[in-house]
Amino acid sequence: MLANLRQLFRHRGLVQILVTRELKARYRGSVLGFFWSFVNPLLLLLVYSFVFSYVMPRGEELATEPYAVFLFCGLLPWTWFSSSLSDGANVLIMNGNLIKKVMFPAEILPVVAVISNMVHFLLGLPILLAFLLYYSMPLQLSELVWFPFVLAVQFILTLGLVMVLAALTVHFRDIKDLLSNILTLWFFATPILYPMSFLSDRAKFYMDYFNPFAHLVISYQEILFYPGPFGHWKWLLALGVAGSALFVLGYWLFDRLRDSFAEEV
Amino acid sequence: MAAIEIDHVTKMYRRHGHSRRYATLKSALLTGSLAKDLRPEESFRALNDLSVTIRKGVTYGVIGRNGSGKSTLLKLVAGITKPTIGAVRVDGRVSALIELGAGFHPEISGRENVFINGIMLGLSRREITSRFDEIVEFAEMEAFIDAPVKTYSSGMYMRLGFAVAINVDPDILLVDEVLAVGDEGFSLKCLDKFAEFKRRGKTILLVTHGLSMVERFCDEALWIDAGENRLVGDPKRVVQMYLSDVEVAEDLLLAAQDAKAQQTPVSAPPEPVVTEPVATAPEPNDVPEQEPGRVSEVGAETETDAADDDTQPDNMFVAKEGRWGSGGVRIDQVTLEGDHGPAHVFHTGERMTIRMQVSAPVEVDDFAFGISIFSNDGVCCYGTNTHIEEMTSESLEGDATVSFVIDRLDLVGGTYKLDVAAHKRDGFSYDYHRLLYTFRVKSRTKDVGIYRPRHEWSFSDNVRFKPDTDDSAPTGSVSAPAVDPAPATTAPSPPAAEDAPTE
Repeated sequence: MLANLRQLFRHRGLVQILVTRELKARYRGSVLGFFWSFVNPLLLLLVYSFVFSYVMPRGEELATEPYAVFLFCGLLPWTWFSSSLSDGANVLIMNGNLIKKVMFPAEILPVVAVISNMVHFLLGLPILLAFLLYYSMPLQLSELVWFPFVLAVQFILTLGLVMVLAALTVHFRDIKDLLSNILTLWFFATPILYPMSFLSDRAKFYMDYFNPFAHLVISYQEILFYPGPFGHWKWLLALGVAGSALFVLGYWLFDRLRDSFAEEV
Repeated sequence: MAAIEIDHVTKMYRRHGHSRRYATLKSALLTGSLAKDLRPEESFRALNDLSVTIRKGVTYGVIGRNGSGKSTLLKLVAGITKPTIGAVRVDGRVSALIELGAGFHPEISGRENVFINGIMLGLSRREITSRFDEIVEFAEMEAFIDAPVKTYSSGMYMRLGFAVAINVDPDILLVDEVLAVGDEGFSLKCLDKFAEFKRRGKTILLVTHGLSMVERFCDEALWIDAGENRLVGDPKRVVQMYLSDVEVAEDLLLAAQDAKAQQTPVSAPPEPVVTEPVATAPEPNDVPEQEPGRVSEVGAETETDAADDDTQPDNMFVAKEGRWGSGGVRIDQVTLEGDHGPAHVFHTGERMTIRMQVSAPVEVDDFAFGISIFSNDGVCCYGTNTHIEEMTSESLEGDATVSFVIDRLDLVGGTYKLDVAAHKRDGFSYDYHRLLYTFRVKSRTKDVGIYRPRHEWSFSDNVRFKPDTDDSAPTGSVSAPAVDPAPATTAPSPPAAEDAPTE
């Protein structure tokens, strides 16, 4: 395991250049280019705000103002998470020629998938910040110091999941199709569109114990949106431990199946 | 000192059987066979207990048929796959010219791709920067290096990939059939680069079908067959043995093809259609008035091939396999024999015997036997029959053998088809076998045309040639002369069909 991590670290140059390649290739040929990293979340926000303000106006119990900022706090990390998962599930198959024809450390590919989506997330942050400032939300330094930690937890959790998905998708192509539907369900089962207070106690229980991503979203919301001290840190720490465990497990599985990649993709 | 050591290596691939192919996540979860499905159950041995030692500084050629395990061997040495059993030890930095330009991203420029590809192949950023100009110059890509790779032609793509891989400066270079890259000039440049590697004492492992390349370049050669070490040693000897083995296999293949071709038409009852195998070759002493009479007869009896048979001389050039005839005399079996018994592959100038087992259920007195040889593009190379050669039939009854001996088969290399027939003197078919037999002629020289007359060059004293080398292929060429079954097409094409036999 340690040797694997060292290997991963040794290939950071490769990770870096592949992430750059990914980002460059993504918007090559489009007029707005990199600007899309900003515009995309903004447009998504616009769609959801429109739907929940005009098409289906929220009732009293959903009143969280300003709604756009609340939405953005959850939407941005969710986009990072879900795109990483759907990219990551495909990444080994997409890069089959690398795995089959070149001596290439395959674990680089899931890492690249997660990191390049993280870059998009980071590029979206200035917009979120602009919103926060515009609505003069109460940002507290004591809460903001938690932000990098939330980011790290999300990173390790996502990477662990992507490792598992990437390795299994090589053998079971069905995962790709299954995944997109699961992600839709997961999106609505996470308090992104609605605040946690909207849920019944029973639903909250399930949320706490069966939806790891809910804790991340709640953390983001508490740090950036809600005033007051960051009260969710215990859950976040627990999730950090669980995410690390998942990463170790995912890497182990990936390693177990590694030899089969060159033959199966 | 061994650069590469392959120690009793067996590599098994999972064969995708029927059950395995439809194994999905659902079924895996339902039947709880997830763990089992991830283990290979049906396997295919790509390499079977192979042991090879390649010393440092040796250029080592690997030859063998498609699917014999050559590429698997390279992949094992490159570390892309791992052996199922056994060990592969490699001493030194390896660069694999297996997949050129692997990882090139179509959307971004050649320049950026060179960096990415180089880093993938193990160079550092600084190393690439210092070699960048060299790489671009080698690939002859100066003008296009900043264009996105998707706009490159396949040749440009491969050239750039090759240039990067070769500039990795490996201790061991793995080459898999990549010299087909680019035009003649570029191929020569690649060969120069290989020669330079050789001079500098690097190890090269070369997998190729270009046998002349192995003979010329390699210090040692390995022939693998079905994943097993068939022969190791001097390249010339290995190539020679391989070639003769290929001939045997070809022979079997042709025999199988013939058997198949003969089966299909025989299943239909022999059709009463009249033709004559060598109607196209009216010898001066052929009786002229036979010609029109025969044609009209044919018109009356033909059912299927009417168009062909109306114009008798032409139809002989319509290459359509089949068998027809009244069955008054049957040709039961046709064998081609060389000097050492039945064969389908002959060398130019060899003796060939066409042996027919014939039978006549009731006695016949009007009969003739004929043969003709067609090249694979349908040109009649030669045709004759006993009637043309003024043999007058008297009687035939029961089983008999007819042999047609060609003392020297002076045909150029290529694939030929054979007609054999038993018919009446006027051309009425007893049993006509149309293009049902195939044989191949092999030749070390790449002369063209159909017929190779026995010949000899002679010169006056002031015409001088260099002392003979046994390989006359041009330097850039990769294919070996003897494996190429088709005659070269650079020279004027063979004379038109009508000309050959009639004049």
